[in-house]
Amino acid sequence: MAEVALRKVIKRYDDVEAVRGIDLDIADHEFIVLVGPSGCGKSTTLRMIAGLEDITDGDIMIGGDVVNDVPPKDRDIAMVFQNYALYPHMTVAENMSFGLRLKHYPKAEIKARVTEAARLLDITDLIDRKPKQLSGGQRQRVAMGRAIVRNPKVFLFDEPLSNLDAKLRVQMRIEIKKVHQKVRTTTVYVTHDQVEAMTLADRVVVMNKGRIEQIGTPNELYHKPATRFVAGFIGSPAMNFLPCRLEDAGGALQIRLTDRIAFALPPARATRYNALPRTDKLLLGIRPEHLTESHAHLGPGVETFDTVLDVTEPMGMETLVYFGLEGTPVCGRVDPNAGAADGAPMRLAMDLNNMHLLNEETGVVL
Amino acid sequence: MADVVVEQGRLARAASPRKRTSLRNAMGRKSTVAFFLTLPLILLIALLVLYPAFYSVYLATLNKAMTKFVGLSNFTFLFKRETFWMVVRQSCIFAITAVVFKALIGFIVAHFVHNIPGKKQRKWRGMLLVPWVIPPAMSTLAWLWLFDPSYSAFNYTLSFFGIGPIPWLGDTFWARFSVILVNVWYGAPFFLIMYLAALKSVPDQLYEAAAIDGANWWQKIWHITLPMMRNIIAITTLFSLIVTFANFDIVRILTSGGPLDRTHLFATWAFQVGIQSSDIPLGACVSLFMVPILAVAAVFILRDVNKRGNEA
Repeated sequence: MAEVALRKVIKRYDDVEAVRGIDLDIADHEFIVLVGPSGCGKSTTLRMIAGLEDITDGDIMIGGDVVNDVPPKDRDIAMVFQNYALYPHMTVAENMSFGLRLKHYPKAEIKARVTEAARLLDITDLIDRKPKQLSGGQRQRVAMGRAIVRNPKVFLFDEPLSNLDAKLRVQMRIEIKKVHQKVRTTTVYVTHDQVEAMTLADRVVVMNKGRIEQIGTPNELYHKPATRFVAGFIGSPAMNFLPCRLEDAGGALQIRLTDRIAFALPPARATRYNALPRTDKLLLGIRPEHLTESHAHLGPGVETFDTVLDVTEPMGMETLVYFGLEGTPVCGRVDPNAGAADGAPMRLAMDLNNMHLLNEETGVVL
Repeated sequence: MADVVVEQGRLARAASPRKRTSLRNAMGRKSTVAFFLTLPLILLIALLVLYPAFYSVYLATLNKAMTKFVGLSNFTFLFKRETFWMVVRQSCIFAITAVVFKALIGFIVAHFVHNIPGKKQRKWRGMLLVPWVIPPAMSTLAWLWLFDPSYSAFNYTLSFFGIGPIPWLGDTFWARFSVILVNVWYGAPFFLIMYLAALKSVPDQLYEAAAIDGANWWQKIWHITLPMMRNIIAITTLFSLIVTFANFDIVRILTSGGPLDRTHLFATWAFQVGIQSSDIPLGACVSLFMVPILAVAAVFILRDVNKRGNEA
């Protein structure tokens, strides 16, 4: 097991820069998830760590050694691919032991390792089958087994659950987490699914357009996003962004959303934002769970306003409500018994203690 | 008793519409429709393949004047002739050597072509297929000139290195070498295109997984490429073995079987015995000998293809 470090890593294809100078330190035993939309460079980054792509510039270190020019087979890594990449002509046991056989491990040790990995992944009964005779979930386990038996320094996962159906994906997510808790190998995991990222990772790396937007624990990313991209990418339904501006009103600070709606900021927020120029174009970022139905005992910093709902989506434990504010679509989460209905007027409460203020031009969270 | 008669009458009445329904069902069944749709082709094959095949079996049992049934005596006569056994040996050497080299060259060149990027690959593919698309009767004529002992490009070029002149078609070894060379030149592109298609169907991720598992280039070929191409290799080899074994035009044009019958194959010898020496029954007899030899090869090569069929 080992730590992994990326230093100003760049990947260029002809004129396109896929990865634009990434710095990343991954600690020993850590589970890191690279997440971002398609084409953000996350898979390229993973493949560069694996040695399947050359790096254009920068350094990649595994266990303290620079591995820029080391071929994949000598990096002591194991990788799980999106479409499993199992060898179709080999049985499960042969698939799992392939790497060890190439390295001429003693037969007894190979058998012991394969048996142990199969037990860990609950695929002991499938050991003599060919990949074609397995379901998607079972194939994924075999692919993980192939990685585990090698006992490598680093595990690399390239969107391993994308080919599974929704239910199996949740199940395998838990399996992956359990396996990591047992083997504790440093893991780099690539996904475009922010739920996978949040649930699996010790730390999440959010990537966009070949750059790292933010690195942090799932909670940090959710509650303290650094940029508009991160704020909008993490969380489902996504955070609402409302154009607004700051105003001084009788010695207090308030944000104005529309001609009719302006809210006084809670003292902590007022102090934080007081130094900002009043002329800046700003965005109010508020998550749907902080836009709820109004009730009699609202705490400090919670402001109410009236609106007419466009659409409601009953989810069972909550109802998502959609409405417009000055043409901007907004989503809120209300209690299923709050009486929300399509086209009905409703008084909503906005919890400004959990608001974010963003610079509209730079996208930076202030 | 009366009851039984009535029963039987009812049964008899019921049976006839059922018969009509089953006929209608049979006509409506997909397999029946398919059979009738393929019937013209089946008739054509029967006319052009089965009829001549059985006719040649019939011919092989006649005497030279084709007037008397002589049973298997043509076959027993052949067994006693030394030339026949030489032709068996030569056909086997020719077919096996040529197929092995065609397969090897096809496999190696397919790898090179597979690694040429995009548009350039199409050009190379087109150029490399040229030998296969020229009718061999024509291209072999060009080879005949190249092999000319006095004025050919080969011997002229070799003379600069102090080699030769080599009697390409006049010496037993070189004549055999030459016919095999031309056959390899003509047939390798077929292997190339089949192997290239097979290579393209192997997912890149298998190679990446193998690279991470620690495989070098040779281990990737041995453990990934070859097993993934097994079926294509088996079928291509069998097909080529049949075609090469039954080859006629190259030998006919280059050497006509000479020198001293040392390059005769079944087809060319059958032609010489049957047509040129006017012993049609014996010629038919020679050509029939190809069937058991190829059948054994087919059984061995295709034995596992069905079993492995849908592995991927």
